[in-house]
Amino acid sequence: MSGAEKIAVRVTEKAALNDLVTRFRFEPVAGGLLPTFSGGAHTVVEMRDGEITRLNPYSLMSDPFDQTAYTISVRRDDAGRGGSLFMHNRVNVGDEMVISNPVNLFSLDLRARKHLMIAGGIGITPFLAQIKQLDRAHGNWELHYGCRSEALGSYVDYLTATHPNDVNVYYDDQDQAIDLENLLDGQPLGTHIYVCGPKGMIDWVRGKAAELGWPREAVHYEEFLAPKPGKPFEVKLAVSNKVIQVGEQESLLEAIERAGVDAPYLCRGGACGMCETRVIDYAGNFIHRDHWLEDEEHSSGEKIMPCVSRFEGKTLVLDR
Amino acid sequence: MTIQFNDETFREDYSFHNSERAIKRFPFPFDKDSYMYAVNMEQHRGGPPDSVYEKRFDVDEHYVSEMRDRAMVLADDPLRCQSLPHMTLAGWDLLELIMVSKSEDYPDLFELHRDGDQWHWINKPLGIDDRFTFMDETTLPYGPMEYITRQAQGDFCVLDQRDDNLWMDAGTVTTQADWSLDFDIGMNFFEWHAPVPLAHEKGIFVRALKFLLNIQQGAPARRLNWTMTVNPLLDTSPENYHKWGVQKTTLTPENIGSKQHLRVELQTFFRLPRSNALVFPIRCYLCSFQDLMTAPKWGRRLHRVIRDLPDELATYKGFIDNRPMMLDYLSKFDDGLPTSNGIWPELDTEPPLQK
Repeated sequence: MSGAEKIAVRVTEKAALNDLVTRFRFEPVAGGLLPTFSGGAHTVVEMRDGEITRLNPYSLMSDPFDQTAYTISVRRDDAGRGGSLFMHNRVNVGDEMVISNPVNLFSLDLRARKHLMIAGGIGITPFLAQIKQLDRAHGNWELHYGCRSEALGSYVDYLTATHPNDVNVYYDDQDQAIDLENLLDGQPLGTHIYVCGPKGMIDWVRGKAAELGWPREAVHYEEFLAPKPGKPFEVKLAVSNKVIQVGEQESLLEAIERAGVDAPYLCRGGACGMCETRVIDYAGNFIHRDHWLEDEEHSSGEKIMPCVSRFEGKTLVLDR
Repeated sequence: MTIQFNDETFREDYSFHNSERAIKRFPFPFDKDSYMYAVNMEQHRGGPPDSVYEKRFDVDEHYVSEMRDRAMVLADDPLRCQSLPHMTLAGWDLLELIMVSKSEDYPDLFELHRDGDQWHWINKPLGIDDRFTFMDETTLPYGPMEYITRQAQGDFCVLDQRDDNLWMDAGTVTTQADWSLDFDIGMNFFEWHAPVPLAHEKGIFVRALKFLLNIQQGAPARRLNWTMTVNPLLDTSPENYHKWGVQKTTLTPENIGSKQHLRVELQTFFRLPRSNALVFPIRCYLCSFQDLMTAPKWGRRLHRVIRDLPDELATYKGFIDNRPMMLDYLSKFDDGLPTSNGIWPELDTEPPLQK
């Protein structure tokens, strides 16, 4: 069985925060305690939607030391493949679901003298857990949080009420923006930057930090890519000797799994590298969307990350 | 099941010995008649009853004496136990993992009672009964990692995970096969493995690192590694090479059966939940050649493995000079019959020695 260990949970709370974001609380079906985790970890939620099984990663936002329940927040994506819509429209209090053990690809660097957090939109969720972890250890942190509007500012009230001196909020519709250059310039030696949000924000922060001479190891980021829909295509799986069709709304990894082939995975968001697959033969173009492979590997035609990447063309043969 | 703890030494008079039960459960590391490096990882989720794989942290008849030996090493050289400042949280993770595992796996020997952060730990074999506040270092006589690793067999490397690499940032290392925590502290995975021959060229470490970075909570892994040690020494450290290195020259055809030991490391890997660090326990098991030869399969196989081992590996493992004498001894236990696959001795089915 691929992926992290599984936990059977029951939904014990479903709370709409605003027009886009809903929070879910999970408690173990078997009773007892959930594993502790580290701030920045995510869980992969299994959604059984008729014939289709979707597995989407969501950051854990609850207190990492609270073993009674996990909470996640799901932003509705009307143009996506349906995972977030399924959570919003079909999942209700009392439902049983299966989630994975926590996996952390965005952990705090505990050597840091100070943790500078930069969040955009739903990217706030891993920071909520990290802040709880750091507060317990009396850690030094500061948050800069960009939201579209006050109405869509998830957890702004909670954060500003509990940490009035450490939380800075910026609203797009009021033309407020993080003064990044000055912010980075004023940080004490030993500060680490963490950024989670839309791709544009991550690129902006990483680019500015590099320009200002920040060490690469001091800049941490997490962007989960949702697999994007695309044109259907056909794939031959050489090891299992199967020819499969990848539908418009499913990922290559999901299509491989649907064919009964157990393929390794962890994050399902193009970040962890676990599902890396060797290409044996192809005629056509890859649509690489992962953060894992290097540019040369993308152009080599030798590897693909089936969790987020697709293919357009006549022939694709994979070592799976 | 009660364990009768040996009263024995791993230095000076070397009164260390294995009972018949300990020999039977010895983790013989060769699953076929030849050896080469491989990323030979498997899930660490139990194993045959009474095997060293059965429990998360194996406790055996050497426990009390090994902990006494560790205390002596640490008294002589406190730098065998080090924890960089950012690794304290991982130390608490390790303390929790070991206390929970041992109290669940050996309830007759260890007890853990928790009331919120007020913990009560009872270690019967070592006569310890302590109450402390979880996550409050001032309530323990040592830091959390040192406290618990003074009560657990094997070395413990606590590896920080960052920047797609693992970093040797904490550990307690007193039973090591000729490497030094004090030298390696702060190094990354490739730096501390730099001295190993052949494996780099085979891409072993790149693949091993990738595997280790992906070890998840609740899914520990394990592998075996091995070397050779003359006399049952736990502390074969570079710091003390001047004491034990010379003992390799004391081997004779008469004493080799009792003096020469196969040293096997059961290496396990656990993700630590609160810190996202990785703990790498390295548990050392020793068995004399003459005790190994009581299993006909092991006699046949050990001869073939040692005979065919590349010179680089025999040199790196430190027994190239003694190899001819080892082979003279071991060849007497190899009758050329085929051996069955796997590491287990198969005492009931493997034919007795035919010469």
